[in-house]
Amino acid sequence: MEAGSVRKFMFVNRKAPYGTIYALEGLEVVLISAAFDQDVSLAFLDDGVYQLLKGQDTKAIEEKNFSPTYRALEDYDVDKLFVERESLEARGLTPADLLVDAKVVPAAELAALMDSTDVLISF
Amino acid sequence: MKIGVLVNEGPYQHQASDSAYLFCRAAIEAGHEIDRVFFYHDGVNNATRFTEPPQDDRNVVVRWAKLAEEHGVDLVVCVAAALRRGIVDDVLAKGFRISGLGQLVESAIRSDRLVVFGD
Repeated sequence: MEAGSVRKFMFVNRKAPYGTIYALEGLEVVLISAAFDQDVSLAFLDDGVYQLLKGQDTKAIEEKNFSPTYRALEDYDVDKLFVERESLEARGLTPADLLVDAKVVPAAELAALMDSTDVLISF
Repeated sequence: MKIGVLVNEGPYQHQASDSAYLFCRAAIEAGHEIDRVFFYHDGVNNATRFTEPPQDDRNVVVRWAKLAEEHGVDLVVCVAAALRRGIVDDVLAKGFRISGLGQLVESAIRSDRLVVFGD
């Protein structure tokens, strides 16, 4: 690819926000790729849907609550957020439980989105 | 084909680094180019020269270093992830260098494929 070209990046978030560092450090890569003016989208599936849960309170585990960063993604022109419907439903959650305006899509549609992506990074 | 590689797990605890290394070797043997191997999350622990596995085990760190030496593969360790885990220039094995996340994005942009190894 030539310098200055724009590629479609999709970051696939599959893990809960706390318990492991994948979500926190994954978000760092999202912000950097946005700074490179790439076409960035995010997908949340499996326990990754918990990353977008409203009202996160991390005081008791003495870790940083980084969930406000998801709301700031818009400022980086990252506004394509997808949540897999099956993962959401399996956990008894609805779009009203989420802290951002994400598009809820069935697994088959998410697969098609992934298929049309140039760079797929899964955390 | 030009290929970028991302390694997200540390050595021994997880097979990701082994698989990534074997993939790189096979790709090079098949005539492909490894643009860069980027180490992130606990993957930064692949870069420490203080690793000393038992003699009858493979040496994951030395294997990566040899790949860099023999094939000029660029081994880049994420600075933020490294600092969190005590990996600084002084502890780096030969062939590794520390740099920013931009190096991962750059490699993803210019490579035909980015292959991710991790959970």
